[in-house]
Amino acid sequence: MKAIRTEGLTKYYGKSRGIVGVDLSVEEGDLFGFIGPNGAGKSTTIRLLLGLIKATDGRAEVFGKDVAGSRIEVLSEVGYLPSEASFYNGMRAGDIISLSASLRKKDCREEARVLCERLELDISKRVEELSLGNRKKVGIVCAMQHRPRLYILDEATSGLDPLMQREFYSLIRERNAEGATVFLSSHNLDEVQRYCRSAAVIREGRILVSDSVEKLAYTGVKRVTLKGTAQMPSLDGIKDIKTDGGNISFLYSGDKRELIARLAETPFEDITLTDPDLEEVFMHYYEREGN
Amino acid sequence: MTIFLHEMKRGRLSLIIWSLALSFMLAVCIVIYPEMSSQMADLSDMFADMGSFSEAFGMDQVNFGDFLGYFSIECGNTLGLGGAFFAAILGISALAKEEKDRTAEFLLTHPVSRARVLTEKLAALVAQIFILIATVLATSAVFILIIGEEAPVGTVLLLFLSYFLMMVEIAVITFCISAFIKRGGLGIGLGVAVGFYFLNILSNLTDEVEFLRYITPFGYADGTDIVANDSIDGVCLLVGAIICGIACFLAYFRYTKKDIS
Repeated sequence: MKAIRTEGLTKYYGKSRGIVGVDLSVEEGDLFGFIGPNGAGKSTTIRLLLGLIKATDGRAEVFGKDVAGSRIEVLSEVGYLPSEASFYNGMRAGDIISLSASLRKKDCREEARVLCERLELDISKRVEELSLGNRKKVGIVCAMQHRPRLYILDEATSGLDPLMQREFYSLIRERNAEGATVFLSSHNLDEVQRYCRSAAVIREGRILVSDSVEKLAYTGVKRVTLKGTAQMPSLDGIKDIKTDGGNISFLYSGDKRELIARLAETPFEDITLTDPDLEEVFMHYYEREGN
Repeated sequence: MTIFLHEMKRGRLSLIIWSLALSFMLAVCIVIYPEMSSQMADLSDMFADMGSFSEAFGMDQVNFGDFLGYFSIECGNTLGLGGAFFAAILGISALAKEEKDRTAEFLLTHPVSRARVLTEKLAALVAQIFILIATVLATSAVFILIIGEEAPVGTVLLLFLSYFLMMVEIAVITFCISAFIKRGGLGIGLGVAVGFYFLNILSNLTDEVEFLRYITPFGYADGTDIVANDSIDGVCLLVGAIICGIACFLAYFRYTKKDIS
């Protein structure tokens, strides 16, 4: 079953673009990365999935249920972590966590206790006294304590220190291993490459590409670095040229034998050929779309 | 029930402060009555004889020298206006404040329908207004007993019932406005309360705009009118009920379709 499926999902805020014709498909049990720069439409897509806003066109389904028609059923299967969690001022972190459980009509005290312990969250503090990172932790407990089937995480680790980020991802991986689906929006490509199995790239409201992370990262493009030369080999399909002292580095997407033939004519001291990381691939999609 | 209890808890401090403040002010009004009434006997005719000013505040209809007459005017000004402000602040902040503080996102990403959110929030508004009125009524009763004045229980209850209904109507109207706006709107809420208050004064002043008293909830929550007739104006009340019905419908209609930013 698909955990998330959208068809031609479109949202305009008046005349300004939110997202246009977004088709997404997330398998149940997947750990799915949703990548895009700020303002690309990640949060709009998420808000549509949660029924906070109404689509201008198209439809969104979660576990086969239409979000617009079955919002309550959908939300009872979802744990949502907003990018900037806001809570009721004056309330203690613990009260927020139990309010969230009681809105779900569930007793999650034991699960909440374990989560707070692992995240080192002091629940006796009032929310306005909490730092950004600690507020995030309250959001994480609210999103996870009821053990949902689908986690929708918007910029999940912003504000968390590296140790907490690691703990957070180990929690997410555990839940994923137990069968839960994770939909993780991020502009941190490294994070997506490290933790996700599939990913989609969104830019200016449209999905550019959606595939497994492995396939996304493998585009046939190579990063070529030549040491001890200032002479560029004459080749087609070269992008992102970087020169640094006596070194040249570029992305090459053409025929590999052609590359070897041209390199043979070029004087250099040393050479490395590597697969670019997802960030470079992402930039590559950007450029291709831009051109 | 969760949202209702949550709202009651969040409004607790404000409710206590408003209840104490209004109770205190009415208690003061009651306590100074014996002192004033001795001097008031002569003044009463003068108060009733100040033309438009007397009419504006309904002082031509009751005997200012009589305790109930005095109480209805003081009560009208203190509890009427104070209560209207309290109700307006409650109503206008019920929904818009959640969006402004971005807590609406927290609330509405839980499996609760928006209609339920509205219903429980409305119920909490009415409950808070009831507690405020009951506190002020109890305090007033105690102080009326202390100064040893006689006041017909039925009329006093009717007076407080009218203020309760007036506050509920203002809360419902501002609640409806709250469903349409995205920011705080406190100014709008207080403006509505003050506006209704002055509409009633205007309607008392000239017969040409007497119809205004049917629009404003102060039309039926007019203490001097109630004391003079020993009843609440049924037509005003009916119009008020219809306005409440329309405001509720609009609030549900808008909020269940609203994009939450």
